[in-house]
Amino acid sequence: MSVATRNAPGTAAFCLGLLRRQLTLAARRPIEIGNPLLFFAMVVALFPLGLGPAPDKLAGFAPGILWIIALLSSLLTSDTVFRSDFEDGSLEQLLLAPQPLFLSVLAYILAHWLITGFLLALISPVFAVMINLPAEAIGALMASLLLGTAVLSLVGGIGAALTVGLKRGGMLISLLILPFYMPVLIFGSAAVQNAVIGAPAGAYLAILGSMLCLAIALAPFAIAAGLRISVDA
Amino acid sequence: MWSFFHKLGSPPWLYRIAGSILRWLLPITLLMLCVGLVWGLLFTAPDFRQGNSYRIIYIHVPAAVVALAGYYVMAIAGGVSLIWKMKMADVAMRACAPVGAALTFIALVTGAIWGKPTWGTWWVWDARITSMLILLFLYLGVVALYEAYDNKEAASKACAVLTLVGTVNIPIIYKSVDWWYSLHQPASIKFTGESSIDPSMLYPLLLMIAAFYALFTCCLLMNMRADILQREARTNWVRKLALEYRA
Amino acid sequence: MYFETLEAAIAMDGHGGFVWSAYGICLLVLFFILLAPRRRQKKILLRLAGEQKRQQGGPITLEEGK
Repeated sequence: MSVATRNAPGTAAFCLGLLRRQLTLAARRPIEIGNPLLFFAMVVALFPLGLGPAPDKLAGFAPGILWIIALLSSLLTSDTVFRSDFEDGSLEQLLLAPQPLFLSVLAYILAHWLITGFLLALISPVFAVMINLPAEAIGALMASLLLGTAVLSLVGGIGAALTVGLKRGGMLISLLILPFYMPVLIFGSAAVQNAVIGAPAGAYLAILGSMLCLAIALAPFAIAAGLRISVDA
Repeated sequence: MWSFFHKLGSPPWLYRIAGSILRWLLPITLLMLCVGLVWGLLFTAPDFRQGNSYRIIYIHVPAAVVALAGYYVMAIAGGVSLIWKMKMADVAMRACAPVGAALTFIALVTGAIWGKPTWGTWWVWDARITSMLILLFLYLGVVALYEAYDNKEAASKACAVLTLVGTVNIPIIYKSVDWWYSLHQPASIKFTGESSIDPSMLYPLLLMIAAFYALFTCCLLMNMRADILQREARTNWVRKLALEYRA
Repeated sequence: MYFETLEAAIAMDGHGGFVWSAYGICLLVLFFILLAPRRRQKKILLRLAGEQKRQQGGPITLEEGK
């Protein structure tokens, strides 16, 4: 163990390595990156099917619809962030590593966000057009999704860490983290709605930003604690 | 002083102390509840605007207040069990969850029933009711997480972490919902519209709030005793208790 | 007493259904959360007592038969 500590890479290099590892692993399975985006597309189609194709009605609800779908995709992908590493034992190794768990966890979540929420935010204009979101709001949509999905990934990571060891996890993670998703939804869709009516969305984006700062500061502690509990169980 | 905390960590001592507290607290609680209920139901004058349906306040507000306070009790117990690793603290935390959930449920149902004659609909998404609903989800999440784990020690730790995360989030959720409601309801009807409440209505309300706090404590202690028995079923003092037990 | 007759107390100027059902549900739930721990405690103790009596080979009385 002491040999490993002496030759252990510095924290920054370790975390960058983790990040690269997670991204490489994800890139080897492009279907898994595509799935949430496909889900987003299909659920976008559900709303006109359910509510009727009238363009003005859809446009009225578009900010909320887009945000709710983004939230649901985040929910579905939140379970995967630690599961495969838990199952093959790499998570245990991570917990034994000398590098601080706070930062390693952040690396995991960053990688997860890059392949889920970040991509979602980038392709959201396509779906925004499909449900008639006015063009002025698309910028606010992307900004709010970028900030908001990062918070969702961090909060989702807490739920994932607490449930990764459970066999019949399933719906449990959704029950646990949906209440924490709600403030993000409230401010995210408010930002887009404000942009639709032409008012500045900056205040709501700032609130989302402050939620993100809080989440970056605090969530890794909870995630690390959850991982230790799950691995020791 | 420290020996007190040390004794708190001992199951048989806690079991006995809880039992002796319950012996006087339970009758007092029931008395307060009866007096408060009868007072509120029959001996106060009806509200000027809402008529007799305002009497639901005597169960709705206490339930809501104690439900929220109970979450913080649960969080403190969880924090103590995580930081100082006291086993009895996580027994306390687990005992809070179902009681808190039941009280939140009461608050929601009575709130809905109150809403029908007052606003005409069974459910209205105002800030307080929505926050209560989210609180119910938080409580049920803790219960669900505990049940999902096979290893009950890990389950307690996980619930403690979840409860602490919830505690940080409760002000955020409450403020967000508050703000959201004010955004979407321009001419809002304040939930308790009257800014000053008549003393004749206030006193029974205060009594009921105190009664509900006492009730929460009773249920907490009783749940803790049952949990202690379950945990320590293999020890001598419990086996002796079982032999001496007369239904 | 605010109400003159029992009928008036039950009707409560038309709001009686709401008030009494709300109070009824509340009391039902409170009753439940007060009684459930007692029942659990009794179940655990009786089960333990039964196990010990069986181990000692003594007779099993009716109440512990389950």
